[in-house]
Parts: sequence; structure tokens; C-alpha cells
Amino acid sequence: MTPQEIHDNLRAKFGDAVVESKLDAQQPWIRIAADKTNAICTFLRDEPAFQFDFMSCLSGVDYNDGNLGIVYHLYSMTHKHKAVIRVNCPKDNARIQSVHDIWGTANWHEREAFDMYGIQFDGHPDLRRILCPDDYPGFPLRKDFQVPEFYNGMKVPY
Amino acid sequence: MTVSKTLPTNYVTQPGEIKSSTGKTLRTDEMIINMGPQHPSTHGVLRLEIVVDGEIVVDVIPHIGYLHRCFEKHSEHMNNYQQVIPYADRMDYLASMNNDWGYALAVERLLKLEVPPRVEYIRVIMAELQRIASHLIALGTYGIDMGAFTPFLWCFRDRERILDLFEMTCGARLLYNYIWVGGVSHDLPPKFVEKAKEFCAYFKPKVKELNDVLTYNKIFIERTANVGVLPADVAINYACSGPMLRGSGVNWDLRRDDPYGVYDKLEWQPQVGKGEMGALGDCWDRYIVRVREMEESVRIIEQALAALPEGNVQAAIPKRIRPDHGEVYVRTESPRGELGFYVISDGSTTPYRVKARSPAFVNLSVLPEISRGCMIADLVAIVGSVDIVLGEVDR
Repeated sequence: MTPQEIHDNLRAKFGDAVVESKLDAQQPWIRIAADKTNAICTFLRDEPAFQFDFMSCLSGVDYNDGNLGIVYHLYSMTHKHKAVIRVNCPKDNARIQSVHDIWGTANWHEREAFDMYGIQFDGHPDLRRILCPDDYPGFPLRKDFQVPEFYNGMKVPY
Repeated sequence: MTVSKTLPTNYVTQPGEIKSSTGKTLRTDEMIINMGPQHPSTHGVLRLEIVVDGEIVVDVIPHIGYLHRCFEKHSEHMNNYQQVIPYADRMDYLASMNNDWGYALAVERLLKLEVPPRVEYIRVIMAELQRIASHLIALGTYGIDMGAFTPFLWCFRDRERILDLFEMTCGARLLYNYIWVGGVSHDLPPKFVEKAKEFCAYFKPKVKELNDVLTYNKIFIERTANVGVLPADVAINYACSGPMLRGSGVNWDLRRDDPYGVYDKLEWQPQVGKGEMGALGDCWDRYIVRVREMEESVRIIEQALAALPEGNVQAAIPKRIRPDHGEVYVRTESPRGELGFYVISDGSTTPYRVKARSPAFVNLSVLPEISRGCMIADLVAIVGSVDIVLGEVDR
């Protein structure tokens, strides 16, 4: 299925939950509403015409305009087609629905996005930091992150 | 110490199932033990928090991050796209060539750049040599995990020859910084082709020796067959890739299914597990996929060496690359599976965002699923068969 067809199908089924899209980009993407993430992702996985059963990657992004985002790179092992789905959320209230029960691999990816960007994933069973230490202050990949001068009483060299 | 997680109820051997010869049910209290962070069979600094009932593993909670070196943060602070490559080298330090290629390919797609044909062939040769070297480590250390010391020494002996070839090419033996955006750093040295052909001829019989001493060894089979069975649907749901996914019988290889380089011009077959020694998707299947992939890699190298064209080894690109606004997610087949780079450009010379989707990180996340209900000793077999490199898990 082409990105255009995927977009049209989602648009027909979910209407305004498809917020924005750029289908002429090098890798076309579709942005969906944050409160419909779970419903749309379940549909993408289970609908026989889509069958996006393989989530390649889940990345957090800081767009530096007051928004954080999550980008899902999906792939279908059956139909061999791809889709890029985006979800945005405001930086001061970063909440996105978890998709760990749709794709098991999302569990660790979401923990990483939480660790680096401070995005809360509603419904995640085990949202702990994964790469940084548990007591690390702040979320390092946010663009406005300032490296603390001291960490646990130790001076940070730069 | 308390466990805050809900414990699973679907493990294979239920507590209370083990009975003494008089029919009395044996039960012990659940206990938490730590394996790692400095345990020899964790292949690095990985800590596994294991909930055990006697000798049976009830749950495994991996703790990672000990080797976190902020690859993604560093990438956003480079002032040139090329400067990220030495950092990419250090992600999966057993397969640096594949990492370099993955990142370089992502930036090239962002630039819509075609590299000269000679570069494509050199990259294929290097990546496949690296794949053999990486698999040799995986198989050798797996032998050690299972108590076989000799194969480990044999594997390292053969890997030395590959490292010699790399040293000859770019001066480094482990972290190469050889594949650059737009090409490679140096042309192949004189006699490289000859030496590489020599290596192929030398290596082919060695695979048979390895099979004789380890693969079809009865003790090894008893330890790995029917252990850590990963069904294909779970593997796909957890986005496992590489030998992990192929071991479960899914015929899927990015070199064929999402082609890059010149793999589509060469003759080779992806190797899948067939459940020969036990259940499909057990540790032995994952192991044998790696052995057979080495043989396929030799085939690829021989063909690429024969077809190696003359020409430039660098495309004409400016020193400071400025891709247009845009983003790409490019995935390549590293020895461990799908290595993806998600690169966003804001039009400047610095990457706006580089996300590395490392296969070992994703493959490790399925570990709790496949190790519930096994014995502690089998957990060692399962961790070894996943073939993690902690440098890449933690990035």
C-alpha cells in the first residue's frame, strides 16, 4: 500500500484524528492526534490490509517549538510496506498513550523516550529510566537541557 | 528486597510441580539473585535481576545503561556530519564497519547521493568480513558459556586474520573510521584482493572444523536444543531481527528485503533456523544460523572480490555537508540484526537528531519473555544465544 492509500484509509476511518501529513517527503509521514494513538495503532496492526506487525523504531524528538514528538517507524512483514506515524505533545504536559500492548518492543523504546525526553506514557507497566541513572536530574535530549554543574556532589567537567 | 512487579503465571515449570519420589511437592520461597554486572556470561556489563524459585527462573529483569556514552547527545553537538562516524564505530565495537555503513548510508540517503561503484563493492567486502569476525566472537564466546574452551581459541585465531586485513586497509584493528559519508577513507592497499582471497580459501574448511568440535557435539546440543524457544510471532512482536528472527524460521534479511549496497547483484541465500535439533527457534537454531551465515558471507566476499571495479573511492561532496531539511530512517543488516539510523536534518551542518535503533537493545528486550520457566544454567545459554554487545545496547 502506498503512503497515500494508508493516509486516505486512516482519514476515512478516523477523520480529524489524522492531524497533518506530508506525503511528498522523502519518507512520507502522517501525524495523528495524541489521544487516538492507541486506537489508530491497534487498527494499523490488526486491519488485514495494513498488518503493521513489526515496529522498527520508536524515536523521541524535541522539535524546539514547545512540542515533543514520538515517531513510529512501522513495517509489515506480510505486505512489505512501511509507514511513519508521528504523535506530538506539548513539552510542559508531555503525555502520550503507550503502545506496549500492541508491539511488545515498544516497552523498552518508550522507557528510553521517557528517560531522554521525559514523555509520560499512559498505561506503560514499568516506566523507569533505562539508560541514565535513576537519580539523574532532567531529560538530557531535550534541546533546553542544561548539563548540571554538580552531579551527586561531583563536579561535572564541562 | 521487595519485588514491585506482578509476577507472571504462565511459566513452563510451575512451582510445586516438582515432586519427590514419595510424591511430596517440593517448594521453595522465591528469591532474588543478581547476575552481573560483572558476570562472565553476561558478555559485558549487564545486570540481570533474577527472581528464582529454587533453580527455576520465575522472572528476569535486565538492568542496562552501564555503558551509556550519550551517542545521540554527542551527535547533536558535532559540527559536521562526518564527525559522528567515530562515535558510531564505538557503538557495536565488534562490528564497527557495519555501524559506519549504517550511519553513512543514512546521511547519503538524506543527501540523495550515489556513491561510486567501487565504494559499494569495498563496503560489501568490509561488511561481510566484519560479519564473519563478529559471528566468530559470538560463536566462540558461546562455546565458553557452554563450557567448551577450544572453539573459542580457534575462532579468535581465525578472527585475527580478518583483523589483519582491516589493519592493512586502514591501520586500525577494532575501530576503523573507514566508511565515510560519500565513500571510504582510503582505497584498498595493493595485494588486498589477493590476501582476502587467501583468507576465503583458508576459512572455508575451518567452518567444518568448528561444526565437528562444537556444533554437532552431543553435550552442546543437549545444552542448547529446546532451550529458550522464541516463537516467530513473539519475535516479530518484539521486533527481533537478524539471526534472532531467522533462528525462529522467519525468512527475512534486510540485505535482500530492503536492499542497499550491491547485495542484489550477488548470489547468496538468507539462512533460517529449521528446528533441526529440537523446537524451532531454540538456542541451537540461533547458533546454527550464525554458522551458516559465515559461509554465505564467504560466498558474498568471493563474488565481490571478483567483480570489484576500478574507480574513485570518494564521491565529490563538500567537506561540510549540508543536507536539506528532512528526515530519513535507514536500516541495514548488521551481524546482530536491523541497525537503523533515524537522522533529522534542519539544513545546518550539525545533525538535528540522530537516533540509533540498535539491534542488540531490541533483541535483549525479549529476554524476559523467553527465559521464564527455565533453569538458571539455561539462562546463560539464552543470553549467549541472543549475542548482545553491551556497547550497542547502551550506546
